[in-house]
Amino acid sequence: MSEKQTIEQLKKIGVSIVTSFENNKVPQLDIPIRSTSNIVYSNKYMCYILGDKKLQRSAGNIRHVKKMAQLLKVGDFCKDLVSHGKRHVTKRELYYISESWGPKLKFDEQVESDDIVEDIEAMLEKPREDLKIIPNPKGSIYGDIVLRFKNPKGETMTVDCLKTADGQQIGPRTCDAEFVKTSADKILAIETGGMYNRLIEENAHEKFNALLVNLGGQASRSTRMVIKRLNEELNLPVYIFNDGDPYGLHIATVIISGSANSAHVNKSLATPNAQWIGVTATDIIEYNLKTDKLNEMDIRRIKELQKDPRYKDDKRLQQELATWLKLGKKAEQQALLKFGFEFVVNKYLPAKFKELKAPGFSK
Amino acid sequence: MVLIMTEENNKKRKTAEDFAKLQREISISEFFEKNKHLLGFDNPTKALLIVVKEAVDNSLDACQDAGILPEISVKVKSVGEDRFKVSIEDNGPGIVKEKIPQVFGKLLYGSKFHVLKQNRGQQGIGISACVLYSQMTTGKPTRIFSKIENEKKTNIFDIHIDVQKNEPEIIHEESIDDGIKEHGTRVEMEITGRYRKTQSVDDYLKQTAISNPFAKISYNINGEKMTFNRSVDKLPKEPEEMKRHPYGVEYGMLQRMLKNTNSRTLSSFLQNEFSSVGSKSANEICKIAKLDKNMKPSEIERENIGKLLNAMQKVKLQRPPTDKLSPIGKEELFKGLKKLYPNAEIFTETRSPEVYMGNPFIIEAGIVYDTNLPKEEEVQIIRFANRVPLLYQTSACAIYEAITETRWKNYGLQQVGKGVPIGPCIIVVHVCSAWVPFISESKEAIAAYPEIVKEIKLAIQSCARDMLTFMRRKERSKYETQRLHIFEDYLPIIAENAADLAETKKPDIKKVLQQVVKKELVEDEFRAFESGEIFEKPKKKASSED
Repeated sequence: MSEKQTIEQLKKIGVSIVTSFENNKVPQLDIPIRSTSNIVYSNKYMCYILGDKKLQRSAGNIRHVKKMAQLLKVGDFCKDLVSHGKRHVTKRELYYISESWGPKLKFDEQVESDDIVEDIEAMLEKPREDLKIIPNPKGSIYGDIVLRFKNPKGETMTVDCLKTADGQQIGPRTCDAEFVKTSADKILAIETGGMYNRLIEENAHEKFNALLVNLGGQASRSTRMVIKRLNEELNLPVYIFNDGDPYGLHIATVIISGSANSAHVNKSLATPNAQWIGVTATDIIEYNLKTDKLNEMDIRRIKELQKDPRYKDDKRLQQELATWLKLGKKAEQQALLKFGFEFVVNKYLPAKFKELKAPGFSK
Repeated sequence: MVLIMTEENNKKRKTAEDFAKLQREISISEFFEKNKHLLGFDNPTKALLIVVKEAVDNSLDACQDAGILPEISVKVKSVGEDRFKVSIEDNGPGIVKEKIPQVFGKLLYGSKFHVLKQNRGQQGIGISACVLYSQMTTGKPTRIFSKIENEKKTNIFDIHIDVQKNEPEIIHEESIDDGIKEHGTRVEMEITGRYRKTQSVDDYLKQTAISNPFAKISYNINGEKMTFNRSVDKLPKEPEEMKRHPYGVEYGMLQRMLKNTNSRTLSSFLQNEFSSVGSKSANEICKIAKLDKNMKPSEIERENIGKLLNAMQKVKLQRPPTDKLSPIGKEELFKGLKKLYPNAEIFTETRSPEVYMGNPFIIEAGIVYDTNLPKEEEVQIIRFANRVPLLYQTSACAIYEAITETRWKNYGLQQVGKGVPIGPCIIVVHVCSAWVPFISESKEAIAAYPEIVKEIKLAIQSCARDMLTFMRRKERSKYETQRLHIFEDYLPIIAENAADLAETKKPDIKKVLQQVVKKELVEDEFRAFESGEIFEKPKKKASSED
């Protein structure tokens, strides 16, 4: 259904150009500006989104003609991908595929094709995954949930994520999959693969009645999309468990409210009600964790977050940021292992869930 | 006359009286003999150039004064190692027989020295110095041929200079029937010198042809012949003698003028001997100097000359008359350059007269833009002072300063810092004035008075603007063709892909193409072509999240 809509949106771009030619008018395209000058914070969506400013590209300006031709070619290419439904293409693949489009249309550098993909995303107000342009698969999901999806042959398949070895990898088909059933009442997103494995081995999914999502560092857009869908479609609250440093915090904030880089698609990627577990600065002090010094970049990140309009009213976060600056140190999730394998599932996380009033811990 | 002191190798202590006996007057010729380096004769390459230059400058001045279109023939022939026979002949009015030995055989003899008037000779040391140089280096006399219009015979003199007396010594004298055709003068001498291609006789004559487009100059160097034909058939306006302006006078000069004047009162002296001084200004000067306006000029005492000089600088005066100069002319300079660079684009400018230190001057400039010239080298600079090429000390000159202080990137040439611009160009500048301020006696570089530098800048900038307009127009038409091809390439592709996307048939693009091509090249597009990056590129950004 949404695929049909995407096809219609793409088709409309072509129609507007053809109509211009037929009326002897110089064709034009209005493309939302994606630079900081047009990024605004939306209270409604609780994330950064694009404003109304548009860039007018004209077929009457030699500066624009090549890009306009390429944009239409990429649009047509994506339309074919969407209508066939089988294949997904990474941005890098798209860049190489353009080699076959001839010298006038092919891209000289990947930034050029990336830029056009983002233009189309912004015009359609849809993430590129809807155009079948995908990031490299990264991240996985483990726990009691059954997914239904179509394999590339078009056959309907199901997978029970609990019955996988290390969880279901999150790729294009997971992204589009239907959630058949789950007994979980929450999602626990984990920054590092090490901690994700630890929690599987310590049976955290059962103990907490949770789906475990491995972010693998900065979460890929498909992982963020799956998290958002689980949150919205199944009403599952999301908890993010990351390293105790400003970069980990950044990973959490990208899941919660998206990034400035992708302001044009944040609406479809952000999970504004997701909550941050830690490791917090207070945790580092309380558990006397093994630490490293904060570097310059870390300190700059903290100061930026202190000023960020999205978190101005988040008292808990602001307090932690202040503590961090005072402390001047950071710690990894794994530092909790100094108390033994089970400490995380028996002590640390239950305390956190209680503090955040998670389902099953709210009394 | 110059005083010098000689000293004997005597150990005995001398008294002042002894010294007085040894002190003697020496002649200017003797002084020159001992100090020839001051005038550039120590360098054999320069010596050859100086000899040709003095003779040619004299010839041009003589022809111009007599209202004759100059026709000058220069022959230089190697006659041994570092030895040359040089001959310069003109079609000037000729010199009366009695004056010939004086003109060529006595230093500082001549009519140009004391007169304030724009002429070539102001810069010279005189042809007689060349005669002396020839005599010193080869021992041979200089031979002069001269014939006056309507006289039958050509007079010939072989001359030496008596160095101690600064007087000509006639070695040989005769009159012949078939010498010079109608009228004119030929001088032949043998000198020690050295020939090279650049910064020497070739460049000098070529550049002289540019600044004197009304002259025909033929040149024969060791049998190799070159002719610079006239590009203008009319003599320029004759420069006129002018009075000094009070702002441009110096102490010594004022002292001499006060002594030699025929005026009976200070007030009339000021009015008669200077430009821009009426009775009102004259009286004001006297008042400021606290001197009686009716006193005799010759009776003004030493310390009052200084007061007078000060007062002359303080009083507000009109500018000196500026109509007595004779510039090359915007059009004439263009023609002179076009003759030498027929395939080049040429831009010239003659500025209105301006004044520095009470001296009127006019700046002219030209830029030769020739795609045959090297594109990645510094431009060539050609400098003239009163039509005479300046070949040495370029970087010490006001012209160089004005050129390097101009921002050439604004005019389409490359430039590294405050350097000489880079590009296929020649920049020509002419400074003309009754008194060109040279930085030294060798008269090769013009002093950088702010008024002069400013005017030079304005003149070259005017040419540079015209050049830029031309280049832009040329580029524009080139770009317009390129642009047409781009539209012809891409509009069909746009239509085709749009049709695929819309799932309809390809629309007709002819009308849109016509519309688009007809439009003027906008600035954005022009700059895109200029930078070579025609199509818009995305700004690179690091995307960390995927």
